[in-house]
Amino acid sequence: MLIRIKKASDVSSSEITSKEAILNRRAFMTAAAAASGVALLPTFAGPAFAAARLENVKKTKWGEAEKPATLEGITSHNNFYEFGTGKSDPKRNAHTLKPKPWTVEIAGHAEKTGTFDLDDLIRPHQLEERIYRMRCVEAWSMVIPWVGIPLGDVLKRLGPTSKAKYVAFETLVDHEQMPAQRSPALPWPYLEGLRMDEAMHPLTLLAVGIHGEVMPNQNGAPIRLVVPWKYGFKGIKSIVKISFVEKQPPATWNIQAPREYGFYSNVNPERSHPRWSQSRERVITGEGGIKALFAPRAETKMFNGYAEEVASLYAGMDLFNNF
Amino acid sequence: MAAKLSQKTSRRIFKPLVFLIALLPLAWLGYALYSDTVLGTRLLTNDPVQKLDRELGDWALILIIITLAVRPARELLGMNEFIAYRRMIGLFAFFYVLLHLSSYTILNLQINLDEFLVDVAKRPFITIGVINFVGLAALAATSTRGMIRRLGGRNWRRLHMLIYGISVLGLIHFIMMIRADFSRPFIYGGCIVVLLGYRLWTGRRKRIPA
Repeated sequence: MLIRIKKASDVSSSEITSKEAILNRRAFMTAAAAASGVALLPTFAGPAFAAARLENVKKTKWGEAEKPATLEGITSHNNFYEFGTGKSDPKRNAHTLKPKPWTVEIAGHAEKTGTFDLDDLIRPHQLEERIYRMRCVEAWSMVIPWVGIPLGDVLKRLGPTSKAKYVAFETLVDHEQMPAQRSPALPWPYLEGLRMDEAMHPLTLLAVGIHGEVMPNQNGAPIRLVVPWKYGFKGIKSIVKISFVEKQPPATWNIQAPREYGFYSNVNPERSHPRWSQSRERVITGEGGIKALFAPRAETKMFNGYAEEVASLYAGMDLFNNF
Repeated sequence: MAAKLSQKTSRRIFKPLVFLIALLPLAWLGYALYSDTVLGTRLLTNDPVQKLDRELGDWALILIIITLAVRPARELLGMNEFIAYRRMIGLFAFFYVLLHLSSYTILNLQINLDEFLVDVAKRPFITIGVINFVGLAALAATSTRGMIRRLGGRNWRRLHMLIYGISVLGLIHFIMMIRADFSRPFIYGGCIVVLLGYRLWTGRRKRIPA
């Protein structure tokens, strides 16, 4: 195995640090929390107000010209049915998620499989900021400055074999941490998948943060997928399992309504959703009220404007039937 | 005489009260928009176009269901007064449907006639919505005393039976729009089934010769 994950027999930090030091630290943290008026919260991830800055993030050329939505906007308008079906539900409910410690199981046709601590999976890579457009299948969009690492770099390290034709992803199932999973709004766990070449494409990102801060729970902490040329629901959140598979894996919305949501779900203004047109989008900036009510809609672009980078992946493919 | 007077008085008090209550949802939406704009809240979310659409449609359906409940309320609970407000509630239902259609065409489609026509032709839930709007407009237009007289009580009653069909279509329109979580249409559907069932049951009983 490439990365060592912590075993129960390992020395815990409390055995190294003296008890006195720990008590002092606790007293300090309690005092600090009381002073700042917030409850004591996990430091690695949590709701936006408790977020921590990510260090050593490399800026990239992606989306330099875009104007990102505010952190408040990005963290208060979410489709994350594990915390409720309303757009404001995840922000309200996602505090129950415990994104640290977090492990990801790697399975299937690869040289290195097993359960990895998330930190160990991410640490070998340089964090990058990429400002991407995110187009939701519901005809709204947002510009989001993600922090993450290219999925392909992680996958390469795991050594996929020639049998690995697709990559399958799975979200956590835990009724305590994700209370809305008690209702059958969707079949749990949430599943998604990519073709191998899509997964290896340099645009595809495993994101761990937004606006330079650790990924807020409601946006899919601690680690989520971002595929900017596909509809937003392909970007599976709170990933616990990544599998290298031979056949096209199941994807939740595709199972739920195969006529409406295809496996590929590439952004395509020409192919309308059976219930609404996909030719335009409401751009959500974080601004509310009158301004948002009368903001002009934007024209939706093929592959969400990333055609130059990704169109070749689908050369010769009928994108109407393979939607 | 005393009874008549008290009826008059109660109408004088309750009619404006029902009127104001029916305006509350709109007042709330207006306040929410003000608050989001001026006070920086997000009562209508970051996507107020969508939220406004949904809220107006919701209230239209709720008011339609309330008009269906007027008759059973009179017959079962002896609330004879209530019938006097049915027309007003029905007109408010039409008013909210009109606002719902306006928010969809003006705010969502931003007055794009081509897109609207494509939607009506290609998307069944929008076709149903437009049919319902036309139906409710017909009921609203024939709701005056003069129209009742002109149509004759029997024809008028027949025409206004349409409200039952409109309520069912409204529910279907709602269900077809949803991606997940059917709890609200389930509640509305339950109400409609009970009220429609009651109407069919009592209608049948009346036809049985005494």
